[in-house]
Amino acid sequence: MSWTPAEPMVSLKDVHKSFGTLKVLNGVSLDVMKGDVICIIGPSGSGKSTLIRCVNALNDIQQGSILVEGQEVNDPNLDKLELRKKVGMVFQQYNLFPHKTALQNVMMAPVRVLKQDKAKAEATARALLKKVRLEGKEGAYPGELSGGQQQRVAIARSLAMQPDVMLFDEVTAALDPETVGEVLQTIKDLAEEGMTCILVTHEMAFAREVADHIYFTDRGIIVEHGPPETFFKNAQDPRTREFLSQIL
Amino acid sequence: MDVIFEWFRVLYDETGINLPFLYDAYDRNRMVDGFFTTIRLSLVCLFFSVLIGVVGAWLQGSSFKWTRRIVNGYIQLFRNTPPLVQLYFFYFAIGTMLPTVENDWGGQSPILGSFAWAAISLSFFAGAFNVEIFRSGIEAVPKSTVEAAEALGFSRLQIYRDVTLPLAFRVVLPALNNNLVNLVKTTTLAYAIAVPEMLYEANQIWSDNVNVTEMMIFLLLAYFVLVGILVGGMNRWERAMRIPGFG
Repeated sequence: MSWTPAEPMVSLKDVHKSFGTLKVLNGVSLDVMKGDVICIIGPSGSGKSTLIRCVNALNDIQQGSILVEGQEVNDPNLDKLELRKKVGMVFQQYNLFPHKTALQNVMMAPVRVLKQDKAKAEATARALLKKVRLEGKEGAYPGELSGGQQQRVAIARSLAMQPDVMLFDEVTAALDPETVGEVLQTIKDLAEEGMTCILVTHEMAFAREVADHIYFTDRGIIVEHGPPETFFKNAQDPRTREFLSQIL
Repeated sequence: MDVIFEWFRVLYDETGINLPFLYDAYDRNRMVDGFFTTIRLSLVCLFFSVLIGVVGAWLQGSSFKWTRRIVNGYIQLFRNTPPLVQLYFFYFAIGTMLPTVENDWGGQSPILGSFAWAAISLSFFAGAFNVEIFRSGIEAVPKSTVEAAEALGFSRLQIYRDVTLPLAFRVVLPALNNNLVNLVKTTTLAYAIAVPEMLYEANQIWSDNVNVTEMMIFLLLAYFVLVGILVGGMNRWERAMRIPGFG
């Protein structure tokens, strides 16, 4: 099955996921077109993180379908490597490799996984670190960088794999307020370049500014969704309104 | 050099302190051979026991139940039995079951000599502990770091080699050093199956010269210096492996 950009790049249909007896996702469907930036918001424990972790098969699902550029993720014979070449992910706790410098962190996957030539991978890695405004920090180890700097290395590390879609799992939640801005700016730059992004976030102002579409989840379902203007001004569901009133 | 060697002969004549492995060329050669046999046995066992530890810890994470069971069985067997009994088991039980080969004088020799059996036995002995040591280190690597590598498309083997093992290694170095120091000391057990290592050669010398006290003092000091050098090297290595800002 060949995928064309006219179809959704990521398409979830009736996704169900439970951890043991705990139901986390209860029939979630959503489509993301190429170049879209979507934000998933909602209270803690509503299944936001699980939702995006299912997209790159870090979590498996029990029922439903997830298509990434036409490739079915809910398939026992899934080629995880093919999937993960297309889908980049950035985590809340950065999860950099602590024994590698910033430059090595960015180079490692292209060299090991994509079997890229070292010199080429290094040139790309340097360019990416420059892009996330970390020129001069190439030789620093993660432990020597601030949270915001580490998170930007993590973004560069993901981008080095040249993914078609990026997943951001509460990437500013562990950061000091003063470093949140630099990470958000990096994501905003990416969005403006046309990168397809799926973000789980608590940064409402940011979601409002960059998102094409907002999804509000609660107890494993999508309660309400819409473009930011209507979503924030005109929320219909009482649960959405209650959540927004608490957070805004 | 000869002046120094002769001085020890004079020392013996004057005081009765008998160190023949210094003034007597024959005993000196025996001691040097013993020293290098100990070094050789230690290096071979260090290498193979660490290899067993790394591979065993990898197999312990296998998704096949029987692979894990076999590794665990191996650890239990070698951890819960005395190393001397293991050595005898390999040399006398397994060794005699294996075919013999014709030697240079037309007689029959065992296919593996005492040095080979000591190397095998002690590698398995220290290896069992090394598997457990590496496993504890692997468990100390945050799951989220492994997950990040998975998300980047690394295979299980690549994750083990490039992420888990290098991080686990730094965590376990102190415990590993302890076990390797123990291993070097345990090579003296090879004496029991007549491997001509340091203790064995010392025994030969004191049997000929009846200078047990001197030889014992010398042996104690020799091992103290030998293991001291190993520990010093390991500590330097530990410092060199330290990652800025980590741990």
